[in-house]
Amino acid sequence: MTIMLQKPPSAAWNPESVREIAERLKPLDGPLLPILHAINDQFGFVDERALPILADVLNLTRAEVQGVVSFYHDFRRSPAGRHVVKICRAEACQAMGAERLIGELEKSFGVKLGETSADGRVTLEAVYCLGNCALSPAALIDGKLHGRLDAARAQAQVGK
Amino acid sequence: MTQLIYVPDDAAALSVGADEVAQAISAEISRRGLDAKLIRTGSRGLLWLEPLVEFATPNGRIGYGPVSADRAAALFDDPGHPKSLGLVEEIPWLKSQQRLTFARCGITDPLSLKEYESHGGLKGLRNALKMPCTDIVEQIVDSGLRGRGGAGFPTGIKWRTVAATQAAQKYIVCNADEGDSGTFADRMLMEGDPFLLIEGMIIAGIAVGATKGFVYIRSEYPHAFAKMTRAIEVAQAGGLLGRSVLGSAHRFDLELRLGAGAYICGEETSLLESLEGRRGQVRPKPPLPAIEGLFGKPTVINNVLSLAAVPVIMAEGAAFYRDFGMGRSRGTMPVQLAGNVRRGGLIERAFGLSLREIVEEYGGGTASGRPVRAVQVGGPLGSYWPPRLFDTPFDYETFAEKSGMIGHGGVVVFDDTVEMAKQARFALEFCAIESCGKCTPCRIGSTRGAETLDKIIQGEQVSENMLLIRDLCEVLRDGSLCALGGLTPMPVLSAMDHFPEDFAAVK
Ligand SMILES: Cc1cc2nc3c(=O)[nH]c(=O)nc-3n(C[C@H](O)[C@H](O)[C@H](O)COP(=O)(O)O)c2cc1C
Ligand code: SF4
Ligand code: FES
Repeated sequence: MTIMLQKPPSAAWNPESVREIAERLKPLDGPLLPILHAINDQFGFVDERALPILADVLNLTRAEVQGVVSFYHDFRRSPAGRHVVKICRAEACQAMGAERLIGELEKSFGVKLGETSADGRVTLEAVYCLGNCALSPAALIDGKLHGRLDAARAQAQVGK
Repeated sequence: MTQLIYVPDDAAALSVGADEVAQAISAEISRRGLDAKLIRTGSRGLLWLEPLVEFATPNGRIGYGPVSADRAAALFDDPGHPKSLGLVEEIPWLKSQQRLTFARCGITDPLSLKEYESHGGLKGLRNALKMPCTDIVEQIVDSGLRGRGGAGFPTGIKWRTVAATQAAQKYIVCNADEGDSGTFADRMLMEGDPFLLIEGMIIAGIAVGATKGFVYIRSEYPHAFAKMTRAIEVAQAGGLLGRSVLGSAHRFDLELRLGAGAYICGEETSLLESLEGRRGQVRPKPPLPAIEGLFGKPTVINNVLSLAAVPVIMAEGAAFYRDFGMGRSRGTMPVQLAGNVRRGGLIERAFGLSLREIVEEYGGGTASGRPVRAVQVGGPLGSYWPPRLFDTPFDYETFAEKSGMIGHGGVVVFDDTVEMAKQARFALEFCAIESCGKCTPCRIGSTRGAETLDKIIQGEQVSENMLLIRDLCEVLRDGSLCALGGLTPMPVLSAMDHFPEDFAAVK
């Protein structure tokens, strides 16, 4: 069994592959989260239209599936930007100036925390600890962890 | 003789360029046509020195760090390289430690079962396989091991309950959600010595009669997830996991699950809900997970570090482990030193080390060079400590007496630019963001509290608003189902009590 992880979204919406993913992972104990992760990874977000399919395959109500999707921060309801910057704003990073760094990035990307830039280039999001607290400030940029981050290095990453 | 060269493949080391350094070294090996081999390890935990490159010599490994990719080639020319640290094992920061759990981390190839064994791995499991199951449980009880996830509950007692509960299926669940800011020991261990965790879980399974385990890893740790995935494959192929553990009559299967970005899913009942595929809402206790846990079955749920302490106890005996520590805190604690600190990283020492030794001797003060003003110990629900309390020893009971907790062992350092009213506000904001929504004080009160602190910060009716915060903290403490709401008062009240000058008036 493999759970897909951190690959760039590879597919446009299609109900067949949603059903295929759900059927494939259904034998797992507690399949819903692995299925949602797989969909989120493959399409870049969890499309509203996937919910009834999952409900059908797993024999759940649509409301149950909806409730799970909305509970977890990871499952997107709409596509993210081409680059995703998840910046840590927990205490160890605060102690190393994370709030200032966030302000600088908001300015240079032209977004507020939690938003995607109008040109679709970058999504800036908050996370609470990446386990890199001795090398703060930290961010996960397109799935890759960065430590001792500054605005220039973050910009260089999303400029690519 | 082949020259062995070691570069960490640990997420923290990678975050400051370890892969680029490894590539530069490989390129240099081929360019010079050297008889040399590059081995990727975990991290030694001397994180301010990452990327830390080591060269094997007849006397031991010589370290260089921090190494940048453009300077890596020069390491081959120059034993007197400016970044030379001498023998890594002799660096006082490391030499003074008591590494029981992190004995192999940073030394061995994390995915080589052979190296794991040649460095003492599997000895605990082999001993366990020769014992009656109840003796394993009693060894863990006797060792004095307490849960490293935060609450400090005796691990052996929990196992005893699961062992005594009859059921056709039981589970071992490893809590690798490691949500506390300032902590990274679980991550380092999963990336640097994953077989140790796997061995600990197998022993737990044999002890209580569970044949299946799950490791719930937070999604913020993609590298640890990938490493654990590979390690499980290797363990299956090596006969460690599966139908017959090391040829014995015991079966043990292990699967990984990925969290989805919710701090509350580190709380054990919320984690079980999440594993079952539901919203991560906290379950009322009783029933205890030990009796009705995952899918309603008896379940051992333990933190990574608790399970990873088990093989050493089974290899060296309960008394060996218990001889480390002070009071009712037995064994060693992997302290994680983080934030605004010069020398941050992983410090595994017997309980009893003082905060001063951690922050000043290991840490060497702040990274900014300014005075230390506060440390937060035990994650986002832990207290803020002023320097005048730094003589407090790392010990569950002593910390509790002083209205603090050691939690998962994170120590976050702040310099004198910190504004404690803002830190108190953040604690309430964090509670609001991460609340599972079951209890009103936690869900709504936290937001009201953050607004009230905004007023205090702006100098509005400060003393009245301070009283409001104290009242709210009481309500949170008494009216919360779990420790997210219940312990949020800790950082808030400790900030107010130890740093009253920051709440006085407009600054
Ligand atoms: C809000 C909250 C978050 C928690 N997060 C974690 C965590 O990330 N990792 C962990 O091991 N325990 C965490 N715990 C503690 C667990 O509920 C539980 O006590 C622990 O997994 C038991 O294992 P142990 O006895 O080995 O510590 C958390 C508790 C609360 C209330
Ligand atoms: S205290 Fe908060 S997180 Fe804990 S059960 Fe209540 S609402 Fe959920
Ligand atoms: S607090 Fe930012 S990485 Fe841990």
